[in-house]
Amino acid sequence: MSAATEAPPPLAPTAPEKKPPRKRGRLTPYWLLLPGILWLVVFFALPLVYQASTSVQTGSLEQGYKVTWHFATYWDALSEYWPQFLRSVLYAASATILCLLLGYPLAYLIAFRAGRWRNLIMILVIAPFFTSFLIRTLAWKTILADGGPVVGALNTLHLLDVTNWLGWTAGDRVLATPLAVVCGLTYNFLPFMILPLYTSLERIDGRLHEAAGDLYARPWTTFRKVTFPLSMPGVVSGTLLTFIPAAGDYVNADLLGSTDTRMVGNVIQSQFLRILDYPTAAALSFILMAAILAMVTVYIRRSGTEDLV
Amino acid sequence: MKTTTDNSGDVRLTQIGKRYGAFTAVHPLDLTVPEGSFFALLGASGCGKTTTLRMIAGLEEPSQGAVHLGDQDVTHLPPYKRPVNTVFQSYALFPHLDIFENVAFGLRRRGIKSVKKQVEEMLDLVQLGEQARKKPHQLSGGQQQRVAVARALINHPKVLLLDEPLGALDLKLRRQMQLELKRIQTEVGITFVHVTHDQEEAMTMADTVAVMNAGRVEQLGSPTDLYENPRTTFVANFLGTSNFIEADVDFKTGDEIALNAGGGKLFLPVARCSAPAASGGKVLVGVRPEKISLTHADDAGEIPEGRNRITGRIADSSFIGVSTQYVIDSPVCSGFEVYAQNVDRDPRLTPGAEVVLHWNPAHTFGLDAAQDADAGVESVEEDAA
Repeated sequence: MSAATEAPPPLAPTAPEKKPPRKRGRLTPYWLLLPGILWLVVFFALPLVYQASTSVQTGSLEQGYKVTWHFATYWDALSEYWPQFLRSVLYAASATILCLLLGYPLAYLIAFRAGRWRNLIMILVIAPFFTSFLIRTLAWKTILADGGPVVGALNTLHLLDVTNWLGWTAGDRVLATPLAVVCGLTYNFLPFMILPLYTSLERIDGRLHEAAGDLYARPWTTFRKVTFPLSMPGVVSGTLLTFIPAAGDYVNADLLGSTDTRMVGNVIQSQFLRILDYPTAAALSFILMAAILAMVTVYIRRSGTEDLV
Repeated sequence: MKTTTDNSGDVRLTQIGKRYGAFTAVHPLDLTVPEGSFFALLGASGCGKTTTLRMIAGLEEPSQGAVHLGDQDVTHLPPYKRPVNTVFQSYALFPHLDIFENVAFGLRRRGIKSVKKQVEEMLDLVQLGEQARKKPHQLSGGQQQRVAVARALINHPKVLLLDEPLGALDLKLRRQMQLELKRIQTEVGITFVHVTHDQEEAMTMADTVAVMNAGRVEQLGSPTDLYENPRTTFVANFLGTSNFIEADVDFKTGDEIALNAGGGKLFLPVARCSAPAASGGKVLVGVRPEKISLTHADDAGEIPEGRNRITGRIADSSFIGVSTQYVIDSPVCSGFEVYAQNVDRDPRLTPGAEVVLHWNPAHTFGLDAAQDADAGVESVEEDAA
């Protein structure tokens, strides 16, 4: 009996002590999430809602805009600017493919062959970021200028005839042609391709290459059957990181292109800042966002990356 | 069954060696692995056994010497042209392919179209028929190990190379896989070259064991031969436990050497002494702990004549079920180990008791005294840790 009455006291002091930290512990994740959520609400969700309401307003700058649920703006914007949309997708896709073709060998080299040069090459890949995006794009203006080295080389090799025939260039010019815009996009987004590719290549166990060789795979087969499939996560994230910003870009088309190479980003920019037709600009932005989301969803489904750990 | 009669499953290494800059991983060595045998390369980590294996596989270019498979010189062939397959340490299964495709990989690379039947048969051989459509990471360690074996064996290599294949498994599974591998080897009859640091594994599985130390083959032979007749202290200590007594050579009769150790007389068969034993010289006398009998000093008179005997005092005893392990301090050797089967235990044999250790002279082996009696001891402990 005495043992039973003595037993509770030691329990009593420990129980209340334990409870409060547990309660706080349960809420901790939400507190930690708060800054992120606030950031997302203030800088993403609210502007999106504001943008959405803008896109269904009508009116003019002088009389002010009012929400009239005028969804026809979307249809009008799409039917008027579909060539620019198409061009955006085309240019962004070309730049993405070029980035992949240029970036993959480099990422492979850094991951498997660079040895002690690895860090140096990585720095060289990132180094251009230390200069302004604008300055780097302007530099391309000089590189591709009429009578410049690139035009000269293409002329000598008679490649300009080929690109002219393909419609990538016009006459004796490279600047102010689709080729120039795609070159600018490729150059500016190349590191976004290389870095994820490098990360996924670098994670591949070197013994898998040995195992493939041991099982009668020649080096090229090893690449096709083992290395490339295992680098798919990097290929997918690299192409997304390149394609999405490239599709919405307007700086390259603005600086390196002409009126014939305007992308949807240029249209949105001029609607917002020059023509001041806010509803159309907002509707264009939404169409672009929806289109990219749709394409990305299909792409991720098709590439089936969730299987790759 | 075989169409060739040229022992094409032989592996012949001729003066093969590997240097990395100033470091010699493998000193030039000659080795012949006969067709159809289960051959183990045994040694502590860094002894050059894996490098030797990788040179056979073609994953490492030898600095000198030649590798022959049967009559074919494969020294300069890339791995994908060698009729040899490897089971890698930690398996190196392709994580993006399922088990079926992992096993079919080698067949497909050689342009074989209808692989289904072969792969299914092979998966049945390693008892993984049900798991064909799983990915490697969904399998347990033991199952992954079997996939690795199946993936290599399906190609009917002339030689199967196994690089510490059981290293990642727990003890119980390892024992089970040892028997399993031995069964598979008997069934398919392919030459197996097995690299391991586990002496018990090497002894249970292999027909022939090559003990390697510091880039050299220390001794080569059957497990029993290596255990009973070690020629160096490294082998004696690396394979099991040995007790050593430094003794002076007294005289030599026809087939026995009489020795003097701290006043006591010991006899050693000439045939079991690998050292040149001249009168007046020194010899390391070795004896395995399980060969020794213990008798309490009071009963010393009951020990039959003709047995080697030394006296000592029990320093420690530990009961481990089937046997009792004693550590005995003796004037000629401190820390003498004796394993006694637990049959008719003498209750007087407790720490502090004076005892006589005696054994049949035929169980004695003699080694060159000019070597470290503890060679190979630390390396065993290092790997166990």
